[in-house]
Amino acid sequence: MPMGGIIALKGIEGAMVILHGSQGCSTYMRRHIAEHFDEPMDVGSSSLNEKGTIYGGSAQLKTAIDNIRKAYNPALIGVLTTCLAETTGEDVHRIVEEYCREREVPRSMFITAPTPGYGGSHGDGYWYTLRCVVEQLAQPPEQAAPHDGVNIIVPITFSPADVREMKRTLSSMDIPYTIFPDISETMDRPYGATYTKMSSGGTPVAALRNMGGAKATIEFGSPGDERKFPGKYLEEKFGVPYYRIASPIGLGQTDEFFALLKKITGKSMAHETAAERGRLMDAMIDGHKHAFAGRCTLFGDADLTYALAGFTTEIGMYPRVIASDSRNRHWKEAVAAITADIGEPVTIFSDTDFATVRCESETGGSNIAIGHSDGKYLEEHSGIPLVRLGFPIHDRIGGQRICSTLYAGTNRLLDTCVNTLLERKFSTYRKRMYDQYFPKI
Amino acid sequence: MEDVVILKGREQFVRQKGERHQTLPISCGAESVAGCVSQRACVYCGARVVLNPVADALHLVHGPIGCASYTWDIRGSLNSGKSLYREGFSTDMREKDIIFGGETKLAAALDELIPKYQPPVVFVYSTCVVGIIGDDLDAVCKTAAEKYGIPVLPVQSSGFVGTKSIGYQTACDVLFKLIEPPTTKLRLRRRPVINYLGDFNLAGEAWIVRSYLQKIGIDVNVVFTGDSRYEEIRRAANAELNIIQCAGSMFYLAQKLEEAYHIPFMQVSFLGVEDTSDSLRKIARFTNDPEIIRRTEEVIAAELRRVMPEITGYRTALSGKKAAVYVGGGFKAISLIRQFREIGMEVVMVGTQTGRREDYEIIGDIANDGTIILDDANPAELERFMLTQGADLLVGGVKERPLAYKLGIAFVDHNHDRKHPLAGFEGAVNFAHEVYTTICSPVWNAVKGGAVRGDL
Repeated sequence: MPMGGIIALKGIEGAMVILHGSQGCSTYMRRHIAEHFDEPMDVGSSSLNEKGTIYGGSAQLKTAIDNIRKAYNPALIGVLTTCLAETTGEDVHRIVEEYCREREVPRSMFITAPTPGYGGSHGDGYWYTLRCVVEQLAQPPEQAAPHDGVNIIVPITFSPADVREMKRTLSSMDIPYTIFPDISETMDRPYGATYTKMSSGGTPVAALRNMGGAKATIEFGSPGDERKFPGKYLEEKFGVPYYRIASPIGLGQTDEFFALLKKITGKSMAHETAAERGRLMDAMIDGHKHAFAGRCTLFGDADLTYALAGFTTEIGMYPRVIASDSRNRHWKEAVAAITADIGEPVTIFSDTDFATVRCESETGGSNIAIGHSDGKYLEEHSGIPLVRLGFPIHDRIGGQRICSTLYAGTNRLLDTCVNTLLERKFSTYRKRMYDQYFPKI
Repeated sequence: MEDVVILKGREQFVRQKGERHQTLPISCGAESVAGCVSQRACVYCGARVVLNPVADALHLVHGPIGCASYTWDIRGSLNSGKSLYREGFSTDMREKDIIFGGETKLAAALDELIPKYQPPVVFVYSTCVVGIIGDDLDAVCKTAAEKYGIPVLPVQSSGFVGTKSIGYQTACDVLFKLIEPPTTKLRLRRRPVINYLGDFNLAGEAWIVRSYLQKIGIDVNVVFTGDSRYEEIRRAANAELNIIQCAGSMFYLAQKLEEAYHIPFMQVSFLGVEDTSDSLRKIARFTNDPEIIRRTEEVIAAELRRVMPEITGYRTALSGKKAAVYVGGGFKAISLIRQFREIGMEVVMVGTQTGRREDYEIIGDIANDGTIILDDANPAELERFMLTQGADLLVGGVKERPLAYKLGIAFVDHNHDRKHPLAGFEGAVNFAHEVYTTICSPVWNAVKGGAVRGDL
């Protein structure tokens, strides 16, 4: 939960994060995130010790806030909790309110989100924190002036490159938007002459405040428990029309996004985007035989596996195994519906582990897998090549630069998948053919 | 250094050698200041890094999934036999378990895993929440141990009970429990037998050291804990000497073994040509065997002939460059100061997460005047001191790497997840090579040459 919360908050302009818990939590998550994004990942910790755990940690959290303000001077501070703080019953909302009274700072400078690790996955923590941000920042209905912008809320598996591609696309269509969170710069900073502790970029706080006045909200992700999603809150509280659709990976799912944009804004895709769409279709035809020879294992976040189920089914690289840590039945039903008509067996696991995924991938006959680095065992032990996508990617560089969304991103993903299959084919066919057909007397 | 912003409460942890401040001892071993963005981890982490390389053990993390996930096979510890240690087992505690207790789930996990994987020993790590809700780890482990007839050891490593060093100690206590009283008559052996403590066989480093010792006529009984097995650990008391490399984590175990079984210990370091040679000589002298001493000199001479030409080549390229060092333990920091001198470089900033007072005294002695010395530093301090000290290179772990790169500073990864050995004579070559590839890469000139190109 808290790791998802950190990534969510890092997509807000001028935001810094503090974890209320023991020192290790923050360090482990910083390491996990920094290795994927190759970016400095400063996260404060209240460094709860035995005393703070037994007698209450509010004094330590307040000191932590003081020190973070002094060293980073952030515009916004997200305070997340960990297993430890939640189990001892630390009420961060109350502690932060107390802090604001004592130090005379506005409450709006803080986002508080209880995110105990045992409460869900990093994906769950991400969505929950986004919801907390919207609940705590969006202006009350009477103050949120209606505007022409569209809210675009993206899942944790949107890389900085995906966010940039989305922004480029919306700009090319002249559609005003608020993309949230926006990690395109904060988690993928250009190298420059001077380094600042706080990176520029991120969704401006002012824009977050005005999300309630938007024309509509498009939220990318797998179907799930709607009460947890920020877009749903905006709909209920402010009446902003809410659409939750699959991430735009694959021709059909990207078309669906553009159709929705047209419905909301009346605008069509730019000429260049239409050309990219055409090139994607061309690539799908170029690679169709090879892709159709692929049978895949999809694993990881609910939002990504849901979108990939649509994409792989569309290109004929049918899923054999689809697995997610998600405990949500909506995900399982949605994924099952997508793959219902392929006419081949597919096993879907929710709330599962890698031992199960590995075993089923071997018996199910997968010859390619798509997911994050923890799936390296599929490659190492089961000989199933892994196309690295999602979070975290720890054993390759450039995880933050992988764009797999919209037409151009899908095209790259398609090429990568087909080339992975071809590489395997070309490196083994001579021996296979010899073993199989050379006459043995 | 007055111009650098140091947070309140952090003043005692930063020193500059040769300044008036140096008269005050640096603080260390204290808890981190809240909100200072420490680079340290927790008790659980300390216990996990020490125990995890025990290759045939089943390592089960009793806690929420995150604790297991963040430590799943992230280390570069290699093994020669069974590799059960690379599997990440967790009880994956949920809200329900926190409320009603996790003992049943833990017992069920042991009942599933032990028959399936048949490990000779099980380590069950406790995490923060387990310490709070009060699951009786001892009782569950004891029941499982009796049921399956193997040691099932609780590792009391709740994150909040102290620093990473406490975790090291906890792990040492657990290892000590596995060690049985000596059985063999030492005098009957032809060759001296020693234990090697504080090497986790990253990229095969313990193998390298083991092969040197074998060549000079000394056998290694067990390495704590790189590529170790339960059976070897049990017999650890059959050694006549313990050599310790990573003192931060293993000094305590060496002390316990001395108290209990009168096994003497000595500190060694196999980082750098000079430290490696000195350490081999020290070990040889301990045996008091002229043949071993002679062979040691032979081995050192042969190795030096082999590696020095290459290292000298790098030295020419690197001469005069400045290094900043921020690592976990004190022994590594000390060795690195010497090792940088071997390749013609000067260390201008040195810090550790968990260095001991003794380590800082040695650092204070061997560092050049003007060197900044830090305990439990944070990114803000690292940034400022790397810049004010004019460092060309940082040695650190994954979290520090992006900071160095963003500042345009070269970087050497000296953390546990490295994939090439940095120990011994070949390690010294690898180290010099890595320093060379990062400092002398043409990329720096390319990216910093923008000014020459003017406005684009």
